[in-house]
Amino acid sequence: MLTKRIIPCLDVKDGRVVKGTSFINLRDAGDPVELASFYYREGADELVFLDITATPEGRDTMVDVVRRISEQVFMPLTVGGGLRTLDDMRRMLKAGADKVSVNTAAVLNPDLIRRGADKFGSQCIVVAIDAKRLAGEEGGWEVYISSGQKPIGIDAIKWARRAVELGAGELLLTSMDADGHRAGYDIELTRAISEAVNVPVIASGGAGSLKDLELALEAGRADAVLAASIFHYGSHSIRETKEYLAGRGIPVRL
Amino acid sequence: MIAIIDYGAGNLRSVVNAITRLGYQPIIGTSPADVLEARVVILPGVGAAASTMESLKKMGLVKPLRSYIAAGRPFFGVCLGLQVLFTSTEEGGGHQCLDVIPGRVKKLPSGQKVPHMGWNQVRQKLDHPVFSGIPDDSHFYFVHSYYVEPDDRALVAGETEYGLPLCSVIARDKLVATQFHPEKSGELGLRMYHNFLKLALE
Repeated sequence: MLTKRIIPCLDVKDGRVVKGTSFINLRDAGDPVELASFYYREGADELVFLDITATPEGRDTMVDVVRRISEQVFMPLTVGGGLRTLDDMRRMLKAGADKVSVNTAAVLNPDLIRRGADKFGSQCIVVAIDAKRLAGEEGGWEVYISSGQKPIGIDAIKWARRAVELGAGELLLTSMDADGHRAGYDIELTRAISEAVNVPVIASGGAGSLKDLELALEAGRADAVLAASIFHYGSHSIRETKEYLAGRGIPVRL
Repeated sequence: MIAIIDYGAGNLRSVVNAITRLGYQPIIGTSPADVLEARVVILPGVGAAASTMESLKKMGLVKPLRSYIAAGRPFFGVCLGLQVLFTSTEEGGGHQCLDVIPGRVKKLPSGQKVPHMGWNQVRQKLDHPVFSGIPDDSHFYFVHSYYVEPDDRALVAGETEYGLPLCSVIARDKLVATQFHPEKSGELGLRMYHNFLKLALE
């Protein structure tokens, strides 16, 4: 049976993991290679790296980081953050990333999705969507770009469908309302998107407890859950998370 | 010599990394001579079958690969490297493949998400050395939208449930191919490559 994926997310700046972690057994908790190896041994199903570097030098560093991680870690790796062109994608894939995630660049230039999928295959192209709930009775969610700074007046469900038509093989969905609050994923949003498309959806933003992961996978119908702080700060290990989910009848790889 | 075939599309970095981790020094194969002189050929793959076949043709690798496999020499195909062994694929409006294994490649049925992406179980149908030390129903990492259907079901060494029981491993002597990615499947994936190389090089 296909299992639900548990995905730790690491933010990397200039080759270092930011939003530190508090694992006691690591020599250097800011080293992305060491953290990746740690999660690999722990049984994470996949890793997502978000490069929040703003400079070209930092970006070169990220390519090198991906290369070193892929030499040690034999699990799927997704890299996102600041990828704008086919060439940016190619560099990451050649370095050892399995998938690249695009957000702002895909919204501004949707053809990037199509060309990326044609060139590298849909399975490589993850479209990341940052969505925020609209005020008012009609509800719905609006897409934001530029790290959640800028609303663009596009409906998140419509954009999700369009991204998949263009060739996205997976969606990484972040609720901006929930992100950072550790009070649970936006279940309604997750479910709406997951039911609107026929590709896997990774729920992101808001995980504070194991129950939150369970809800996103069950009620939200997500195929995978991404979380940062609940894993990084050692509140829950990957193993413990999976045992909890398995105990509630959710298929996971133990 | 272990040749990992580079036809310009597949992400072969991870396959190279996995084989290197096991203590071997693979070469990147791009020419007919690389295939014919190899002791082991590994054909990795992601992307589309049509463009893969196109590249193999352009590089003059179709005949060498066919005769290499026909001679019973050690071969491991990964994902598309499994699919291109078959007679033809439905992908991209229909294309002929290497036709080393009679059968076809079909689109995954609707009713579930496509691509089939993530960790799924492999039920072992044959007793083959490639499974040595790997428990039945272990999880491996899949990502694909098409699946293979060999005419001869006796070739099916592993099966995986995704809307239907699909063939996830082919194994006959030193010809092994998997629909999943061993290089992305953790320690058990590495174990599978280890088993294969041991068999191949004995």
